Amino acid sequence: MTDISQNGSTPRKHGETLLKLTARTKRRNAAERRFQAYGIGAIAIGLLMLVILVFNIVGNGMGAFTQTFVTLDVTLDAKKLDKKGNRDLDDIKKVSTFGYAPLIQKAFEAKVGALGLDSGLKAKDMAGLLSKGAPAQLRDYVLAHPETIGETVTFRFLANSRVDGYMKGRVTRDSIENDKNITAAQLDFTDQLVQAGVIEKTFNPAFIFGSDASDQRPEAAGIGVSMVGSLFMMFVVLALALPIGVAASIYLEEFAPKTWWTDVIEVNISNLAAVPSIVFGILGLAVFINYMHLPMSAPLVGGLVLTLMTLPTIIISTRAALKAVPPSIRDAALGVGASKMQSVFHHVLPLAAPGILTGTIIGLAQALGETAPLLLIGMVGFIASNAPDSVASGLLAPNSAMPAQIYEWAKRADPAFYERAWGGIIILLVFLVTMNTLAVILRRRFERRW
Amino acid sequence: MSFVKMTVSALALGAVSATAAAARDQVQIAGSSTVLPYASIVAEAFGENFDFPTPVVESGGSSAGLKRFCEGVGENTIDIANASRKIKDKEIKACAEAGVTDIMEVRIGYDGIVFASDINGNTFEFTPADWYKALSDKIVVDGKIVDNSNATWADVNPAFPAQPIQAFIPGTKHGTREVFEDKVILAGCEATGDFEVFKAANGDDKKAAEKACIALRTDGKSVDIDGDYTETLARIDSNKDGIGVFGLAFYENNTDKLQVATMSGVVPSTESIATGEYPVSRPLFFYVKKAHIGVIPGLKEYAEFFVSDEIAGSDGPLAEYGLVSDPELAKTQEAVADEVVMGGSM
Repeated sequence: MTDISQNGSTPRKHGETLLKLTARTKRRNAAERRFQAYGIGAIAIGLLMLVILVFNIVGNGMGAFTQTFVTLDVTLDAKKLDKKGNRDLDDIKKVSTFGYAPLIQKAFEAKVGALGLDSGLKAKDMAGLLSKGAPAQLRDYVLAHPETIGETVTFRFLANSRVDGYMKGRVTRDSIENDKNITAAQLDFTDQLVQAGVIEKTFNPAFIFGSDASDQRPEAAGIGVSMVGSLFMMFVVLALALPIGVAASIYLEEFAPKTWWTDVIEVNISNLAAVPSIVFGILGLAVFINYMHLPMSAPLVGGLVLTLMTLPTIIISTRAALKAVPPSIRDAALGVGASKMQSVFHHVLPLAAPGILTGTIIGLAQALGETAPLLLIGMVGFIASNAPDSVASGLLAPNSAMPAQIYEWAKRADPAFYERAWGGIIILLVFLVTMNTLAVILRRRFERRW
Repeated sequence: MSFVKMTVSALALGAVSATAAAARDQVQIAGSSTVLPYASIVAEAFGENFDFPTPVVESGGSSAGLKRFCEGVGENTIDIANASRKIKDKEIKACAEAGVTDIMEVRIGYDGIVFASDINGNTFEFTPADWYKALSDKIVVDGKIVDNSNATWADVNPAFPAQPIQAFIPGTKHGTREVFEDKVILAGCEATGDFEVFKAANGDDKKAAEKACIALRTDGKSVDIDGDYTETLARIDSNKDGIGVFGLAFYENNTDKLQVATMSGVVPSTESIATGEYPVSRPLFFYVKKAHIGVIPGLKEYAEFFVSDEIAGSDGPLAEYGLVSDPELAKTQEAVADEVVMGGSM
């Protein structure tokens, strides 16, 4: 048997067999194996980078979600806060945050006395453990509850970023040797208070829901307000880019005659998708702010700029989704007497909807992570306005956006802000992953294939 | 159709916002990234203590801020420009052409510029002459102008260790750069006597000699940093031989990573800068559009609050952060209260 097949039609040299590989086949097989190894290597490098990235982000950023708090009983001394004694809000407002600082120092002295600790620190240095925002927190409370003046109220104050860093292991006794913001004695005092249960590290919702804080109080900074800003911008993008984009693509795909004119438009839409986003920023500055006189730093303007940026993405994906609907559907609709418009809106559009939604969500996710155009319209900076109280103020009051806030934090001097920048990245990534997952689920569930 | 409705609602939304866009009720500020931390501290305290909304503070550099400031008068222009240098005549002219004529200049205090290197590296005691000899493009050797070939700090000054020269200095868009050129490089040029040589070589032209002094070498020994101090810090982190130029406040927040060099034997601190002992410092300013006072709520209150004793005084939060408070603060307060504009008139 073997002899016969060997002498068959294949022109093989003497002694060669199909089972025994020739040098050339070996080379070809080796090349294939090499290529597969390269492929696996490329994937491995990609995965490794992803793991390093995620590990880095989580490792650096998780700290931002917990914060050190100090629990104190503060006596709201009526002599200091309401000198006239008439509980008139306007008079109480005259006491600035600076007038509240001594109350906190007193509260610290009382606490130390009650616990029987001896730190050897002055009251001012003890109060130095607290955030610079503590007097403001006190004042806000008093203004909201003027009837509590004269009573003793328990407060949870944020600890200073250095104390917080000490609790998280970022700050050590070695690293603060030259630091004028905290002393080793204050860290000893911190240890005593931790043992007494006055200082504790807990989850900090204020990081997720709060507003930005100045360079002196990184511990109070939160991403919440900029999250609202991002949300309002996404709202504007959705409300404008989706109808405009869908209308444009339906017209181009279903109604427009194929002329050189529509070709030019088509090519330009594709080109527009590749335009650097900063270009849209400068356009927004020139048109929306300088010409149309819309306010600076407003999410409305940010949303308009991002709409321009997102439009091509939505148009391209919508047109692809419309194209994927087989012509037989249109023909059948037209055949039973539907008008062109009825065939599009009753049949083609519903079938293309999952594709359109997917494209829209991906476009939104792209817009959510965009920083560059916001630089030019004043949405990057110290913007700590309070959370908006209505839709109009949400669109028009100055606000930042999540990626802009992260950029802002990464620039600041205090290392505590660095941790918050990473924490902000975690929140941003959660949003992006959620949106992309939603897009995948929509596509999987509703997309029809022909 | 559902998206017809959406389009209509979007248009309605646009119409609503266009009418509401008429009034701006918070102060809008832009400018120097050196002043930004101080301005944001004041803005935060202002929002807490007054019934006005918290002002918006953007950064981007002194020049960029003043440019936006000079774009014109109106609600879509900024009210205040922060600057780490004095406004230039050219900028005042540009302002005037756009209709911004009454400008209030407010000096908030002084900022020190420090030279710092990695905490575990060598310790330096600089003089301006050392920096000039290390970084200038051309230096004078034996009476002749030659290309700067100093490769290590030991070449510059035998007292220094043989550490390669690697300087990270602020880029030209920063106000800090000008101070660095003026108070360090030029001062060093004059101190070594090279200035006279350059002057002679340029036919007694003082301007040309100055230019020759502050022209920095381009062989990679001196790197311009256009970003913030965080970038400079990152560069030093990755290159332990690097020496960077920082603001005093930034250094004081990062003492666990940086060690500071003395200049002419003086350690930089708020005290040594206030007394004028430490040579490399500069005043910080902000500029207010007088035409906006009374139009934008809280603008004058913000300016007054900024220079008040409890904020900008020597015990205030700004001094705590690293600002060297102005000994003539009382005068500034008076000027702000009276709305004194530049050029003398009220």
